[in-house]
Amino acid sequence: MSTLEIKNLHVSVDTPEGTKEILKGVDLTIKSGETHAIMGPNGSGKSTLAYSVAGHPKYQITEGEVLLDGEDVLDMSVDERAKAGLFLAMQYPVEVPGVSVSNFLRTAKTALDGEAPKLRHWVKDMKASMEQLRMDPAFAERNVNEGFSGGEKKRHEILQMELLQPKIAILDETDSGLDVDALRIVSEGVNRVKETTGLGVMMITHYTRILRYIKPDFVHVFVDGRIAEEGGPELAEQLEAEGYDRFLASA
Amino acid sequence: MTVTDHTRATSDAAHSHGLAAPTPDASRADRPTSFDVDAFAMPTGREEDWRFSAVRDLAPVLADVEAGGTLDWSVPDLPEGVTLTDLDVASARERSVRAPGDRASAVAAAHSGGAKVLAIAPGTIVDEPITITVTGNGADARGHLLVEAGTNSEAAVVIERKGSATYSEFVSVDLGANAGLKLVLLQMWDADAVHAGEVVARLGRDSRLRGSVVTLGGKVVRLNTSVAFAGEGARVDLFGLYFADAGQHQEHQLFVDHAVPRCTSRVTYKGALAGATARTVWIGDVLIRKEAEGTDTYELNRNLVLSDGARADSVPNLEIETGEIEGAGHASATGRFDDEQMFYLRSRGISEDLARKLVVRGFFADLVQEIGVPEVEQGLMDAIELELEHVNEELSEDAHG
Ligand SMILES: Nc1ncnc2c1ncn2[C@@H]1O[C@H](COP(=O)(O)OP(=O)(O)O)[C@@H](O)[C@H]1O
Ligand SMILES: [Mg+2]
Repeated sequence: MSTLEIKNLHVSVDTPEGTKEILKGVDLTIKSGETHAIMGPNGSGKSTLAYSVAGHPKYQITEGEVLLDGEDVLDMSVDERAKAGLFLAMQYPVEVPGVSVSNFLRTAKTALDGEAPKLRHWVKDMKASMEQLRMDPAFAERNVNEGFSGGEKKRHEILQMELLQPKIAILDETDSGLDVDALRIVSEGVNRVKETTGLGVMMITHYTRILRYIKPDFVHVFVDGRIAEEGGPELAEQLEAEGYDRFLASA
Repeated sequence: MTVTDHTRATSDAAHSHGLAAPTPDASRADRPTSFDVDAFAMPTGREEDWRFSAVRDLAPVLADVEAGGTLDWSVPDLPEGVTLTDLDVASARERSVRAPGDRASAVAAAHSGGAKVLAIAPGTIVDEPITITVTGNGADARGHLLVEAGTNSEAAVVIERKGSATYSEFVSVDLGANAGLKLVLLQMWDADAVHAGEVVARLGRDSRLRGSVVTLGGKVVRLNTSVAFAGEGARVDLFGLYFADAGQHQEHQLFVDHAVPRCTSRVTYKGALAGATARTVWIGDVLIRKEAEGTDTYELNRNLVLSDGARADSVPNLEIETGEIEGAGHASATGRFDDEQMFYLRSRGISEDLARKLVVRGFFADLVQEIGVPEVEQGLMDAIELELEHVNEELSEDAHG
């Protein structure tokens, strides 16, 4: 049982025009097995929240706390956060030339566990996961994200999540840019990992479509750097019908 | 005639070239060659072939004076048909495939005190690589080496240079008809070494040269390789691997002269750079002369910049005087291992040091396998690992210290 607590998080970035505050006091608690949908318009700061929790150096935390099972996450380096059990599926996964997917995954698994995975099990797990995500086995020998289509990149993110087995995963618009088939495959992957590992999920999304496949326990509406409203799944339906206008007007 | 000159390959956006590219002089073939030191003016750094060089650090090897020191040659028991002998200066000139192409190598030949000749007799087939180790003990030395691979011979020669030295050399490589030679030059110098070298090769009919250059050590290394085809049907594969960290200046210039029909050349050089003052230069000239119908050539240079401020220059030039060719191409790219890539790998639990290793190993892996001498390949991966340890220490000191 794990808990990620985000308390009064304020985050700024440096811009050519000076420091700009993007997150203006975010409070959010995610527990194992729970799925929280974070929904909001473009530019509201959703990715900033995701990157800040994962530790991207571009974002400066000016106030607040992030705790994972009571441990201070903000004090950890990026790789320490991963070792503590955090995972970020990125909105725009990065290409890493010269490093094959299989080498990358095995290196990450070894780093997280502190020892190399048993080869037989590992190869089997990887094959099974790739199969379920409908990824051609040839992907294992391709360079990380190099020349991958948008959908392939997202499936590759979920492949990593399934194999690396984090406690809490942040999915940053994993659904954006996917056709319905790919969306279903990716969603099934997320649900499978939730079921088998009790993963807690922060699912950042711009569209409501993914909520048909991954059922959220909580919905948070994110506007202008903070959570403007919270509720259950019914809030998502309301958003689908009305859009974000109501929140934008009041922001 | 088509001349393309790509001089834009510095990845670090904050860093500009500083030097404008001079218009390439008439043809690459017009550069003078001579054993007479005075045929070459003292380089100022403005010349086409010196404009990226560490001219100031190279001053000692440009002075027309005796050097006085020698390097220690460690030579294994040579197999039958292979000999290493001494040759006086005058005869060495005669037997070199051509005269030096710049002042540094003219000085090296003039003050070498005589050449060493490594000769592989015609028809000799040697299975094991011949590994010669040359060690500097702080010496200031000049050298002239002749490698002669006789008709139908087949051999692999590895020359490793290490220790500390101020060294310049002129190396002549002569391949007889249908000879096959793998020649590996390893620059594993100590951090303070200065090394200027010119390797000139002449390839006889149907001969095959696989030449690899690995530069990891030294403060300044400037190693120029020229290959001239003298007979049809020959092939050259030139590989280079270099890794510069803070304070190192590594320059590799290449010239492949397609003067006869139906020859093939492949040039593949890859370099990694880390540390604010790391500097590499690659200049690759290919000339396809009017007579060289059926030429097939491709040259490639890739650089991987691992930290801010390091600078890689990459200048491929292709001169084509005939349209009757099989193929001619070149590519040059300098990529940056950037913060986003680092973040991505670290967000999967991979430490900063390991992330850099993963990327550098991946960058060099296929090239190392191309050298074609297994004894060198394993040692080389280990040497790259060591280099990486060093770089990781430096970069983490920069970041945290
Ligand atoms: N590195 C940055 N430099 C300047 N502005 C940034 C940077 N990162 C994000 N922003 C700004 O912060 C706001 C929120 O961005 P982001 O977190 O990407 O929003 P979302 O993911 O909700 O679309 C936007 O106005 C964006 O332009
Ligand atoms: Mg976003």
